[in-house]
Amino acid sequence: MNHTKNNSIINSPCISLENVTISYKNSPAVRNIYCEMPRGKVTAFIGPSGCGKSTVLRSINRMNDLIDGCSLTGRVLFEGVDLYAPEVDPVEVRRRIGMVFQQPNPFPKSVYENIAFGARINGYTGDMDELVEMSLKKAALWDECKDKLKESGCSLSGGQQQRLCIARTIAIEPEVILMDEPCSALDPISTLKIEETMHDLKKSYTIIIVTHNMQQAVRVSDMTAFYNAEKQSGGSGKLGYLVEYNETSKIFNSPSQKATQDYISGRFG
Amino acid sequence: MNRRESEIRYKLRKRTASERTLDNGFKNFSLGMASIVAILLFSILIVIFRGSIESIAKYGLSFLITSDWNPVDDAYGAFTAIYGTLITSIVALLIAVPLGVGTAIFITENIIPKNIRSILSVMVELLAAIPSVVLGLWAIFIMEPFLRPFLISINSFLGWLPIFNTTPVGPGVAPAIIILAIMILPIITSISRDSLNQVPNKLREGAYAIGASRWPTIFNIILPAAISGIAGGVLLALGRAMGETMAVTMIIGNSNNFSWSIFAPGNTIAAMLANQFGEADGNQVSSLMYAALILMILTLVVNVFAQLIVKRLRLKY
Repeated sequence: MNHTKNNSIINSPCISLENVTISYKNSPAVRNIYCEMPRGKVTAFIGPSGCGKSTVLRSINRMNDLIDGCSLTGRVLFEGVDLYAPEVDPVEVRRRIGMVFQQPNPFPKSVYENIAFGARINGYTGDMDELVEMSLKKAALWDECKDKLKESGCSLSGGQQQRLCIARTIAIEPEVILMDEPCSALDPISTLKIEETMHDLKKSYTIIIVTHNMQQAVRVSDMTAFYNAEKQSGGSGKLGYLVEYNETSKIFNSPSQKATQDYISGRFG
Repeated sequence: MNRRESEIRYKLRKRTASERTLDNGFKNFSLGMASIVAILLFSILIVIFRGSIESIAKYGLSFLITSDWNPVDDAYGAFTAIYGTLITSIVALLIAVPLGVGTAIFITENIIPKNIRSILSVMVELLAAIPSVVLGLWAIFIMEPFLRPFLISINSFLGWLPIFNTTPVGPGVAPAIIILAIMILPIITSISRDSLNQVPNKLREGAYAIGASRWPTIFNIILPAAISGIAGGVLLALGRAMGETMAVTMIIGNSNNFSWSIFAPGNTIAAMLANQFGEADGNQVSSLMYAALILMILTLVVNVFAQLIVKRLRLKY
């Protein structure tokens, strides 16, 4: 399991990718990813557009299953269990590994119902009011929303919607939260609020975030993975791969690869 | 100086008079076209109402609840046809809505490979291309004889219910219901499919991402988000079912003797109009107009009612 020496800094990974290659319709989009993500930390995926960061992220909670013609080889281990083993139920995977998307996507229901829906379908038996309040507080949305619980989730502002999506994700108590560029559609103030939320959340959750914003990666993450893409030989598409993975401070201060250095200093991408 | 002029590639300009006339002209043209729809609707209503005044004066509201239709005695009551119209279209809808919406869900969700789905989808559209007279013919010679044993067994088990209490002998309301269900199925399916396709994929992903399986995703998120479109399709289908003439006339038996039973021959307003206008005169024409007016009002009421439901159900996203 010690493919690269920097992975040895992680003793018991929460999620590990072992030689993961993901293809759309038989043409690979990312290849041979090895990466181990530590428990209770924030891991950031950075890299230029089209390098497959989101694809890798979505493979961790089997979201790619919903895309026609998407296939995966290699292994994605979550607490030592292969998520793609035939006996694993993708629905259970997604309950334990939640996801927040690039575009805020609250359900067209009330704020309350946005949170209660997930809890209910997952067999939550406790006090629903309490759960809604607690989740909204954790997502730093309670103060803005406590008088609007009956209003549609879609009537909130973009940043509030995104925090509602975070609240709805933590309401079902996942162990891991995947965030796919959660702030790319938001203004700087909303972004800051979400980053603050993430700081609180990482005490109890493992977070993996895809971001285009390198300052954000520096601010929120403990570990950073830099992906890059190369022109596919013969094909028109690009093929992504993992260039470098290390502690965030090392990636940004003394990257070992030239491509990483170029990217973080803005000479590239 | 030359260089600067070449840099300015667009100039601020005023719209010319002819351009403005064109814009206004187009606006008025569209307005006119849109008004024609409204004018047509009202003039049809007025013509039908004028035609039916005689009958309304003579029979009044009792026209709605008597089932006599006797040109010899000049006694007219449309209850048989009204009942036939309502029961055929409503029961046909009850059959076709679950089938059609179910098919639409099956086509839009990735349950089976895409190429099979598109073949299915094309076949549904082809169903809509069959002329109603062909369906009527098929109903008389193939469907009804094939179904009769089933209908007879329903009659023998559930004959104590008023709607099943006559023995099926041939043309009747029940085969008409089934042929109507077949005819409205493609409308419901294709409109539901389109509105399901319009539900943004991010809602679907959001539901799956919090551990929803397919069932709660479809029934709690996707269907409510698409409900206004689906309800619109159901409405169109109901309109079609209430107004459908040819196939119904061929299979319903065209009897003005009232029976609650759907196995007995019956009549619908549309079928009655088609059958009798040719040889009607005097009071009968007026009574047929009255029946047509009732059909129009029924459709209108259904439409308004359904719009209200759609507004209440609608989820905004």
